[in-house]
Amino acid sequence: MRKLALSDEILMSVEKPARYIGGEYNSIMKKKEEIAVRFCMCFPDVYEIGMSHLGIQILYDMFNRREDTWCERVYSPWPDLDTIMREKNIPLFALESQEPVKDFDFLGITLQYEMCYTNILQVLDLAHIPMKSEERKKGEPIVIGGGPCAYNPEPIADFFDIFYIGEGETVYAILLELYKEYKHSDMSRREFLIKASNIPGLYVPSLYDVCYNADGTIADFGPKYSDVPEKILKQTVVDMTSVSYPEKPIVPYMKVTQDRVVLEIMRGCIRGCRFCQAGMIYRPARPKDVSILKQYAENMLAASGQEEITFSSLSSSDYPSLPELTDCLIEKMNNEHVNISLPSLRIDAFSLDVMSKIQDIKKNSLTFAPEAGTQRLRNVINKGLTKENIMDGSLKAFLGGWNKVKLYFMMGLPTETYEDIEGIASLSEEITELYFANIPKEKRDGRVMVTASASYFVPKPFTPFQWAPMIEPSEFIKRAYYVKDKFREAKNHKSLKFQYHEADITILEGLLARGDRKLCDVIYDVYRSGQIYDAWTEYFHKENWENALKAHGIDIGFYTYRERSVDEKLPWDFIDIGVTKEFMKREWERAKSEQITPNCSQKCSGCGAAKFGGGVCFEAKN
Amino acid sequence: MKLRIKYLKLGNLKFIGHLDVMRYFQKTIRRAGLKVSYSKGYSPHQIISFAAPLAMCITSDGEYFDGEFDEISTSTEMTEALNTFGVPELHVSECVLLPDDAKNAMSVVAASDYRICFYALSEDKSDQAQHILDKLKAFYEQEEIIITKKTKKSEKEENIKPGILDIEIRDNSIYMMLSTGSSYNLKPELVMEALYQYAGIPYNFFDFHIHRIETYMEDENGGLMPLYKAGRNFG
Ligand code: SF4
Repeated sequence: MRKLALSDEILMSVEKPARYIGGEYNSIMKKKEEIAVRFCMCFPDVYEIGMSHLGIQILYDMFNRREDTWCERVYSPWPDLDTIMREKNIPLFALESQEPVKDFDFLGITLQYEMCYTNILQVLDLAHIPMKSEERKKGEPIVIGGGPCAYNPEPIADFFDIFYIGEGETVYAILLELYKEYKHSDMSRREFLIKASNIPGLYVPSLYDVCYNADGTIADFGPKYSDVPEKILKQTVVDMTSVSYPEKPIVPYMKVTQDRVVLEIMRGCIRGCRFCQAGMIYRPARPKDVSILKQYAENMLAASGQEEITFSSLSSSDYPSLPELTDCLIEKMNNEHVNISLPSLRIDAFSLDVMSKIQDIKKNSLTFAPEAGTQRLRNVINKGLTKENIMDGSLKAFLGGWNKVKLYFMMGLPTETYEDIEGIASLSEEITELYFANIPKEKRDGRVMVTASASYFVPKPFTPFQWAPMIEPSEFIKRAYYVKDKFREAKNHKSLKFQYHEADITILEGLLARGDRKLCDVIYDVYRSGQIYDAWTEYFHKENWENALKAHGIDIGFYTYRERSVDEKLPWDFIDIGVTKEFMKREWERAKSEQITPNCSQKCSGCGAAKFGGGVCFEAKN
Repeated sequence: MKLRIKYLKLGNLKFIGHLDVMRYFQKTIRRAGLKVSYSKGYSPHQIISFAAPLAMCITSDGEYFDGEFDEISTSTEMTEALNTFGVPELHVSECVLLPDDAKNAMSVVAASDYRICFYALSEDKSDQAQHILDKLKAFYEQEEIIITKKTKKSEKEENIKPGILDIEIRDNSIYMMLSTGSSYNLKPELVMEALYQYAGIPYNFFDFHIHRIETYMEDENGGLMPLYKAGRNFG
């Protein structure tokens, strides 16, 4: 029996002890004596969230396929255990071996959202690993970060030895070989890091210097040494079909957020929405072969015993063989009692037909993501969805028996006016009208309900909106109230609901998303003041951030409310994602002149991602 | 066809809850390829039901669930399949076929056997444990064993003696048989708390380890039999 790191008494005094015991079905145990590299993979949030993340499962599987490597997992201890571990000085441990993370060779941290940054420091601190890269010595783990937030790693540059920019499947093998050489020789940590910085896709922040202009913008950024590269090329898997995939997913004991088999059907997106970072950094769109996917679905369901399957992709409707794949799954559903949960599909005759087969339409709602209230603003953001699409889809759905519709919007988009946000209310109202006009009284089953929710737009690096200003939280709230009033005044107000997001957390997300190295000290101080779990409203304390920003003389407006000039050096300019800055500039201009850009399957816009040599760029355009 | 399956809950899995155990078996049944029956309609679910839930931090040799199956093979094969595709801490030990009119496991449970052993933590603690063991006989011979149950609103006194069907010491461990189930459910930790109080020692749940040995139902003659005796081995 594996000895647990925590005593019975501690485990019984915290909420959900199953978070900390490991031993889940399909988790991997190895003999550490037979292992050359011990890798601990971390998702800096609570177990239920972290266990639901596909990227970690892919890497966990990939590392554990290597005979010389044992990859284990760790998640952020919940605040109840956090307190106990500090009091009793218990070092953070990995779930599989239950051994201290500080004894590992690598600690890999996935960076999925900015508001987990204080949890990164929590993990390092509880692990008794020095929080700053410069304080770590040979023998202490190499701390490496990856994931979407690594595309602007500067606000957390001090805390990482290496950032892996791009998709994890490509160069880890080279890094592990280099590490073994370093471990068993007298190579210094610095020498190792310099060598690592020469592996494509790896960024070693301590080897770069930044200097600033008087106005706070970046004057210069570059490597400190001549043998360190100036640009970091994002890593991209060219052949999605032959890359390894976790066919034996770990099956948690406790209920996690994503308690189902996840089938990645496509990486990247053809659409090019101008606010969407994932749509740019994962270019080009690369669908997986449908016959392989069917095989994966079969194997994963059998190996996990899960009763539900879902797809992962940025836009499942654009997957070329979707009908073939859904047919295969529907057959499984009928014969083997597999439930299918579909991520939001574009609403059309096909998707309505599929949905009516797999779910109880009375209980489920239809989802549209118009993102903006008027066609003008939808053109600005290059969201291809038109009002006709929405009306047509809603009508078909109402006739098919649905009566709940959800609409997703953003507020604070570039060029947005009050007319645009009023469009949120009028569009919602028109959908209810459509229902009343087309569904005769005797056929109305329950009340038609249209729920619109608005999030607060955050400009992200590597999008055409990376130069755009964010609106101030007070303005966001003002706009939200304005829309709320419009909903209240609406004729069918009983069938309408409007919700909007928390503004205080989002503005900080905006700060961190486009921040620079000056923010490292701020994050450090915020953590020092006791702040963790920022993404959880009940643990988020605005004052901790306000105090630290003030202490360091940081003006949040400089990073968020200011429109950047396209000539300004951006903190993330040293990363080459394949998509060129020229393309981004072009798109920013087109946005301002309300011009849409066709998607990759209609017409190539020469974004630059074709240089990776795969995916949609090389398929026949129709 | 209705089967009754007996399993163990051991080791570190004493920290997973009752719902987690249910989810675990739902998935293990699928991995093992057993033909369990499903309810009809959207999102069908397996027709299985679990007997008396075990509190967290308690291990067991005698846990049960019943399941409706469309197809069965043999007791041995089905047991083996569940163990091949499962974890050793939730080992399946019996799989029997119930008569068609059998009541489900949850509703028939009447009693459980527990073993409580003290951890050898320190000399002080060992002396304490010995003192508690010494007091057991007198404790049980009391006319009534009164505990105070605290609810949100009030404090209520309750005599738990009728729930203790048997209690004795063997090999320095306390063995007790307690009423379990819907009619009267007495938890072993409550008995221990009363015993500590009687011995004049501050109660500490982490001094000892509780293990459930078996879960019982009433037989035809009003006696008790393990739950799996209600069915028969089918090969
Ligand atoms: S190069 Fe063309 S087809 Fe390829 S991702 Fe860019 S725009 Fe799309």
